[in-house]
Amino acid sequence: MERETRLVQGNQAIAEGAIYAGARFYAGYPITPSSEIAEECSKLLPKVGGVYMQMEDEIASIAAMVGASLAGAKSFTATSGPGFSLMQENLGLAVMGEVPCVIINVQRAGPSTGLATKPAQSDVMQVRWGRHGDQSIIALSPATVEECFTLTVKAFNFAEKYRVPVVLAADEIVAHMRENLSYPAPGELEIVDRKKPSVSPEEYKPFLPEDDDIAPLAAYGSEYVFHVTSSMHGYDGYSNNNPANAEWRVAQLHRKIERYRDEIVMTKTFDTEDMDILLIAFGATTRAARAAALQAREMGIKAGVLQLLTIWPFPDKEIAALGPRIKTVVVPEMNYSGQVAGEVQRVLGPNIEIRRVNRYNGTIITPKDILKVINKE
Amino acid sequence: MTHATGLKYLKNGCLPLMWCPGCGHGITLGNMLRAFEELDFTNENTVVVTGIGCWGKADDYLVTNALHTTHGRALAFATGVKAYNPKLNVVVLMGDGDGVTIGGNHFIHAARRNIDLTAIIVNNYNYGMTGGQVSATTPSDRRTSTTVYGNPERELDVCALAEAAGANYVARGTVYHGWDLKNLIKEGLSKKGFSLVEVVSPCPTHFGRNNNMKVAVKMLNWLKEKGVTKEKYAQLTDSQKDGYFIIGKLVDRDAPDYNTRYEEIRARAMGS
Repeated sequence: MERETRLVQGNQAIAEGAIYAGARFYAGYPITPSSEIAEECSKLLPKVGGVYMQMEDEIASIAAMVGASLAGAKSFTATSGPGFSLMQENLGLAVMGEVPCVIINVQRAGPSTGLATKPAQSDVMQVRWGRHGDQSIIALSPATVEECFTLTVKAFNFAEKYRVPVVLAADEIVAHMRENLSYPAPGELEIVDRKKPSVSPEEYKPFLPEDDDIAPLAAYGSEYVFHVTSSMHGYDGYSNNNPANAEWRVAQLHRKIERYRDEIVMTKTFDTEDMDILLIAFGATTRAARAAALQAREMGIKAGVLQLLTIWPFPDKEIAALGPRIKTVVVPEMNYSGQVAGEVQRVLGPNIEIRRVNRYNGTIITPKDILKVINKE
Repeated sequence: MTHATGLKYLKNGCLPLMWCPGCGHGITLGNMLRAFEELDFTNENTVVVTGIGCWGKADDYLVTNALHTTHGRALAFATGVKAYNPKLNVVVLMGDGDGVTIGGNHFIHAARRNIDLTAIIVNNYNYGMTGGQVSATTPSDRRTSTTVYGNPERELDVCALAEAAGANYVARGTVYHGWDLKNLIKEGLSKKGFSLVEVVSPCPTHFGRNNNMKVAVKMLNWLKEKGVTKEKYAQLTDSQKDGYFIIGKLVDRDAPDYNTRYEEIRARAMGS
């Protein structure tokens, strides 16, 4: 089947990717720079029999999304930093209740209201650790409009397969950028649907994992009746405060992501075979990193790029594998604290030099910024 | 004639319930389940959504579908369930702290959307689970564990708020008037659009103890005396009205509910 190509914005690609993946419910609250996703969904979802809702705030948006998912919908929401902060408590519920859903966080510059229309990559740690309680999360980060589409499909697939919320951590640059998108034909990309129970309704336990560590999920309104709670619970979904149960449950919530980390962690390498210096980048900054690496090669410096498509779980193995080839790593990111650089240092240890390139003023990191750091002696 | 007991919705072996002696939650739960039975609700087509608080623990005792959520947000979760599957009976159980204090925004907007949910807000005038602190419905001057010298704030009238925000059905009952309460809940459950049943209920452990009604019987007598019909209330002079409240049906209208309106809009979108 021939692909159709159109010039579209990242946010539009995210909305269309979600619908391609089977999303039929969106609840959200307007916030720059994510609002185009809501606008697209309000146009597209009713046409495919889905539901678009604008809620009273982001807390309600993620709550409605969770409710719809348990009623059987592939569902999602989109927001930016301030809204994502508001969503954290109920995102924790989605982790605890093992509710498949996708949260798009189009990152913008903070702190607080900050530079509301400007890009940032400063929510990397908020995505990972923003909720109370100990838990794991899957997060992906697109660098192109095409990846906005394909990673949104991936996000839904991971959510459905592992019964987890998945965060798509985009940024204002990629979300508002327009590029040619070659649309995958229907059926061209793999689409995963959540595993349904195969036992009788009487035997169904909504939180009893099968051999693959994943518990099947029924839908409200089906023949399967089930309980979901934000509180600690047993296999049957009813409250259970037993310490042994709590210990097992918390570990299980981590374990199912750890078990599948090789499927979840996606990276791309560019010119890493003969490199002396490695650039590690994610999101829109990847584009500057690639341009900088090509320019460095023209100047005789053998630079390679590792793009992190998955930022959580962190690509430890993939980074460690490249470690022996290099002495220097450059990590450009649009935040002050080097949220990814710190993780890279943790993986590679103190003997490798990590050069940070940080921008936190709402402007983009340019190839020139990165080249300057590559050339620093 | 045999009366509905509602027992078939109650989880086996969960009695006695966790609530304190003299608490009204068991009476409300019983009446809600009797209403379920009289309306032939099934476990499959019913979803009980609860928030956080003593009343929010009610789902632990039920064998219907259930979703126990975060503090104040039950209506928002329920909205997603109902919006995606309009065939479900979605019943939302919240206390006064949960439903109209931390959750006030969601309450207003669920009523405004007129989404076909039934909210049963048990109002015991304080935060029972955390030790009897003041809530948005605690009457002015009343004592709680955080207003030991009296509440300086004014109380919120939950029913008036629901009416102003657009609910199709609004009623207030008490756990003293149990039979009437069951009928109000039943009517709310049957009504299309947003329904609110406020249930005034005793918390002898905290609110009663702090306000000279430590004994549960005293609290029930207080509900018996202060909860009056619209007609009786109208006969009271303004100075007599203090402390009295109207029980019974307050609002009954038939504005189209959210899902009906959404279906119309969706048909327009599909035709465009």
